[in-house]
Amino acid sequence: MTSETSARTHPASAFLHRHVRVRLGLLLSAPLLWLGLVYIAALAALLITAFWTVDTFTGQVRIEWTLDNIVTVISGSLYQAVTLRTVGVAVVVTLIDIAVALPIAFFMAKVASKRWQRILVIAVLMPLWASYLVKAYAWRSVLSQDGIFAWLVEPFGGSTPGYGLHAAVITLAYLWLPYVILPIYAGLERVPDSLLEASGDLGANSWRTFRSVVLPLLWPAILAGSIFSFSLTLGDYITVNIVGGTSQLLGNLVYTNVGAANNLPLASAISLVPIAIIFVYLAAVRRTGALSNL
Amino acid sequence: MSPRWTGERTGRTPAIRLRGLTKTFGSVNAVDNLDLDIAEGEFFSMLGPSGSGKTTVLRVIAGFEQPTAGTVVLRGQDVTAKAPFDRDVNTVFQDYALFPHMSVIENIAYGLRVRGVAKAERLARAQEALEVVQLRGFAQRKPSELSGGQRQRVALARATVVRPKVLLLDEPLGALDLKLREQMQVELKELQRSLGITFIFVTHDQEEALTLSDRIAVFNAGKVVQLGTPTEIYERPSSPFVAAFVGTSNIFEDALARAVLGRGGTNSVRPERISLHSAPTGESTISAAGTIAEVIYIGTATRIIVDLDVGKRITVLEHNATASVESRASVSDRRGERVHAEWPPEAIVALDSDSAATLGDAAPAPQGPVGHGASIAPATASKIP
Repeated sequence: MTSETSARTHPASAFLHRHVRVRLGLLLSAPLLWLGLVYIAALAALLITAFWTVDTFTGQVRIEWTLDNIVTVISGSLYQAVTLRTVGVAVVVTLIDIAVALPIAFFMAKVASKRWQRILVIAVLMPLWASYLVKAYAWRSVLSQDGIFAWLVEPFGGSTPGYGLHAAVITLAYLWLPYVILPIYAGLERVPDSLLEASGDLGANSWRTFRSVVLPLLWPAILAGSIFSFSLTLGDYITVNIVGGTSQLLGNLVYTNVGAANNLPLASAISLVPIAIIFVYLAAVRRTGALSNL
Repeated sequence: MSPRWTGERTGRTPAIRLRGLTKTFGSVNAVDNLDLDIAEGEFFSMLGPSGSGKTTVLRVIAGFEQPTAGTVVLRGQDVTAKAPFDRDVNTVFQDYALFPHMSVIENIAYGLRVRGVAKAERLARAQEALEVVQLRGFAQRKPSELSGGQRQRVALARATVVRPKVLLLDEPLGALDLKLREQMQVELKELQRSLGITFIFVTHDQEEALTLSDRIAVFNAGKVVQLGTPTEIYERPSSPFVAAFVGTSNIFEDALARAVLGRGGTNSVRPERISLHSAPTGESTISAAGTIAEVIYIGTATRIIVDLDVGKRITVLEHNATASVESRASVSDRRGERVHAEWPPEAIVALDSDSAATLGDAAPAPQGPVGHGASIAPATASKIP
């Protein structure tokens, strides 16, 4: 640093300019503190609870190390059935969302004019402005016996699926759709038009171009979107409560154990299941090499 | 899959015939009623400033753009309504457009793969194409692991391995540095000669067009303003636009032309045709006195700016092979020196002065013909056989 330039700057900024580590430390300390204490510590505390127990007389959490809760969750037939059901719903919701998001994102990124592109991005984001609860209740009304869905399909001999697992799948697929469209749209934006043109130029028709060029390049974006819809579904209980009828997912079991059953350690143990599933899922995604291309 | 031409046509049918081709983007005529024939086996360049419509013509031939009006005939077959994958033309893209998730060999074999060529054959042919572009040993690399020049070669191999009848090249050398560009120019020319197919080459680099082409079409504002061999384009530019865009020209208009050259209209003299002398030599019939304003040494030559006494600034190019080392050493001393600029009468090229209005329009986007009014040259500027 020359004396002419440093003479006019504040001594503190000159000091920070010279000491890169101090600068970095000041910049990162606040977010790291938040991440470390508030976020990870809270999560860790929750998980540790899974290894504690509840005093059956007082209903108080007792710090007494035990694996009972974990064993119950793994071996109990109720928990096994609900876990399988939850994973099934998450997979179906994810597949529906990908199938719906791909053409929408492709239209937004490659076909629509700049003006329509902006309008469509807003249209996709708009549902996120509305309350989650309102949207779930809106679907409850849509799927009711005299709702819009019934009115639409009854002339063709169809009927509303009513409240149950199907309704939960439809509603969850609707709720998470923006989270799947946006990464795929962003991924498509990064694929230059010239690659699609080159594929056509070399003799590939549109379907072939989609299979051989677009899909492999889009794979990381699709997986990123699927992580959202998959993990959000694993943790949901409100939608299932509202439109799911009597069916239960893992989230509902957590909710009942925290509330009605007042068994926080068991609830913590149940909540370990989606976390474990997500870890398995992420590991599988990682094996495809998609994460390194993100 | 791409159609195979039944029965080879080797007669007079042009490789590409464009008739009445017009492409409008909004209110802008990117291509304006273009007629063009490109012969079989020709290295044909479309030269023009950006926005002159040359790339649009290429994209219409490739099928990426649908023309607003007009037809594209490929070897006697109307392909105007056909999709790119149904046309027997291939493109080398400006950004190369290599598939980033495929290796070099997979990129090259892609066109054969989608045509259903068996794996062994397509790999053999791709390997062969890789050797033609001197990239043996790079087969398993990813495009991201190649340099610009190597990517360029892969793009060439990928487009030629499917044996197209016409190869379209969209400013393929634009992203390369000068040395590599000159090397690739030679290789392109050799490749075209060995493949014997038609190359349509889009460039804004006049030197590249002059070096490579059998014929050049100079584009301006969506029209072909001159069509001819490199020699014709350079030696006999038809308009001030071509004279100024292709190489450097000293343009004399009306009064000045009468005063200096002894004739009216718009005329052009190339800088290398002018010689400077301390006194009139009498050998040349045209001579004008002036003062040296600036001397710029550019290695092979020296560019000298001379202010003529009649009030015209001209550029003179003196080849350093002919000048003595002493005179080169003292270039800066020559500023202010009184000289006589001389050139032979045959160095003067009469330009179509009607199209003078287009001269200043080299850079901006083309406007509709209405914007130019009557000043644009209608017939003389377009097709010259």
